[in-house]
Amino acid sequence: MDWTFVQKFTPMYVKAAGLTLRIAAIGIVLSMVVGLLCCIVQSLRIPVLRRIAAIYIELARNTPLLVQLFFLYFGLPKVGIKLNSESCAIIGLTFLGGAYMAEALRSGLEAVELSQREAGACIGLTNLQNLRYVILPQALATAIPALCANVIFLIKETSVFSAVALADLMYVAKDLIGMYYKTDEALMMLVAAYLVLLLPVSLLFSWIERRLRYAGFGDTRTV
Amino acid sequence: MQDLGIRVLFKGKNLVRLLGGLGVTLELSAASIALSIVLGLMLGMVMTLKNPLIRLLCRIHLEIIRIVPQLVLLFLCYFGLAKAFDIQISGETAAVLVFTYWGAGEMGDLVRGALTSIPRHQIESGQALGLTKLQIYRHILIPQTLRRLIPQSINLATRMIKTTSLVMLIGVIEVLKVGQQIIDASRYDSPGAAIWIYAVIFFLYFFICWPISLLARKLEARWQN
Repeated sequence: MDWTFVQKFTPMYVKAAGLTLRIAAIGIVLSMVVGLLCCIVQSLRIPVLRRIAAIYIELARNTPLLVQLFFLYFGLPKVGIKLNSESCAIIGLTFLGGAYMAEALRSGLEAVELSQREAGACIGLTNLQNLRYVILPQALATAIPALCANVIFLIKETSVFSAVALADLMYVAKDLIGMYYKTDEALMMLVAAYLVLLLPVSLLFSWIERRLRYAGFGDTRTV
Repeated sequence: MQDLGIRVLFKGKNLVRLLGGLGVTLELSAASIALSIVLGLMLGMVMTLKNPLIRLLCRIHLEIIRIVPQLVLLFLCYFGLAKAFDIQISGETAAVLVFTYWGAGEMGDLVRGALTSIPRHQIESGQALGLTKLQIYRHILIPQTLRRLIPQSINLATRMIKTTSLVMLIGVIEVLKVGQQIIDASRYDSPGAAIWIYAVIFFLYFFICWPISLLARKLEARWQN
């Protein structure tokens, strides 16, 4: 292991990690917005929009991000829509993530039984109070593990952005392997970078999930 | 002209080549999925053991799989192994190895989750009815475990099919790479081909994964109770 090499190129990785993180953050926030919109449209049963949301969710969930990116980056310029790699990455991640977030939110809402809603109405809660004190706490408790898993999934998915010429972690690693043949060092720093990015997120999410398990009730003992 | 782009698809053997690429994608997926299911079932059972050392090892293994992107694993296997042990492995072999490692880990966690998710009163009720241990497994535990496991593992299979698109980045000629070759070859006579070819590949993936997802959802709904 050539440590001077590692030292020399660490700043490159830090910069790339920053880019990865920034795009992931923007993509995840936008995904949440898109997911929330789809979820609202579907649960309010708005006629046409509801169908569009359903079609979008199926399309995004059943195709690979890499193909979506290639379509955006190499395909769309042929019809006059030119996007730089960064906007491609963000649009691609949002397109993919929005559908996953919508599904997570929907399954959370669906998990709240109708009787809960009715019970809330019976004791005289207004619609808003019912939403605030009865439905949302339960829906979120169910949805949060899936939402957390989606966040980690989306951060991992950013690794394909090097394919549309975005100078992210994979790109830097591939570059270093190609230019200096320092495969071991480049790969080690690559893994280390992803661990540094994702381990804290993963641990934080496990902690949140453990806390939320108290939200369930009834006989939860298992085999 | 944009509207001529689609013709590239029907020129020469392009469509056949594209479908051939899809075949490679599906072969890689099928091999990895089959191996993952077998290894995942075993791993899942190991993961339910109470031994603290085994638990710790499984936990670390799962965390690595959860955290490290599949593309990084592919790079590690494809470039790293070649350098570290001086062995040449083809992109295909690296892909199957990596997807099996990753798939088996995910599958193991699903199996563990399904095995440990059955309420204890199910066993207790079985005992109260006077069922033997074997009968409890045969009539109570295994059916319920499978009903939870099968829809989830079908979903994992679609994820694995989608993830195989990454192998083009380590030089395997699969559907996406073939598409790229076709686009490059027809750069001069039909420069608008890219959007059509990528749209076709998009829908090829969609029409493979979508029915599988629908099946998983249907089974899940039917077996919910």
